[in-house]
Amino acid sequence: MLIAAAPPTGAFVLVLAVFLASTVEMVEALTIVVAVGVTRGWRSAFEGVAVALVALAALVLVFGPALVHYVPLSALRLVVGTLLLVFGLQWLRKAVLRAAGLKAKHDEDAIFAEQVAELSGSPVVATGRDATAFTVAFKGVFLEGLEVVVIVITLGTTAHRLGAAALAAAAAVVVVVVVGLIVHRQLSGVPENAMKMGVGLMLVSFGTFWAAEGVHVSWPGSDLAIPVLVAWYGLISWLLVQTLRHRATLPAPVPVPTGEGADG
Amino acid sequence: MADGPDIDESTARRWLGAFGRFWWDFLVGDTPELLIGVVLVVGVLALACLRPDLRTVIAFAAPVLVAGVLTLSVRRAARRPR
Repeated sequence: MLIAAAPPTGAFVLVLAVFLASTVEMVEALTIVVAVGVTRGWRSAFEGVAVALVALAALVLVFGPALVHYVPLSALRLVVGTLLLVFGLQWLRKAVLRAAGLKAKHDEDAIFAEQVAELSGSPVVATGRDATAFTVAFKGVFLEGLEVVVIVITLGTTAHRLGAAALAAAAAVVVVVVVGLIVHRQLSGVPENAMKMGVGLMLVSFGTFWAAEGVHVSWPGSDLAIPVLVAWYGLISWLLVQTLRHRATLPAPVPVPTGEGADG
Repeated sequence: MADGPDIDESTARRWLGAFGRFWWDFLVGDTPELLIGVVLVVGVLALACLRPDLRTVIAFAAPVLVAGVLTLSVRRAARRPR
């Protein structure tokens, strides 16, 4: 064992980040799967889901241990940290813009209606596998799950907690599937934007921590810096949302006639 | 049989294209400023860390620089017509 696993504080934030990210993505996938099941039948939809989940798990099993064994930790942290920073900032930016009302929120009901309308167009296969249902369900789960796979592999390998990260993702899948089976519809009541904001904050915090460690920055307090980073980025995001909301409520400036053209 | 290699080639090209598109959307998408900003921040940190006495001080600068990248990107999006 060359490197010790991340201490408990970092591990808790890591598991929480993976669980929330996985939950958000699976809620979005569930909308597609329910639309497929309702319009085309459940058997082929479930087959598509099962194959997609197996493919996603295989990606984690193949690439996760390979990265841990063959890439030096310093290089891994630099690359993964940079990747997480870019990825996390994208999530955080979107969540800030949505919270400020500058970007439309993810509407599961609207997406469900759109999917149902699209899938109702072609005739349903009475016997055997419905290729349309299988493909749409597979693509929905696989594409939404790819982001989770990247998060599981990057966070899990760099912190040497691949098993915990994979379990957190699997737990989120189980929770969403069970809730989906119980309510039998898309989960439009889930506070997706708040969860995305939380995931973005954690990814950016881990990204900052590891990218900096990759170039040999010494963090005061070691991994205790991670929750401090989460709080710092939380404060920045809150300030950005407040500023943008305030600006949105201001009246638009009245153009002053100058007697010249727009470019003049 | 003669079509075999062509089909394989076009399939491989399609898969490669899809793989490239996935990573492009994943890393760049409609926010190239985030990728450029992050690369610049990490580059600045790496350069500053060449002086070992600065390695702890830089830990305080890193989150400020990253917050700057986020602020610039959000302001850029807010200026865009919706």
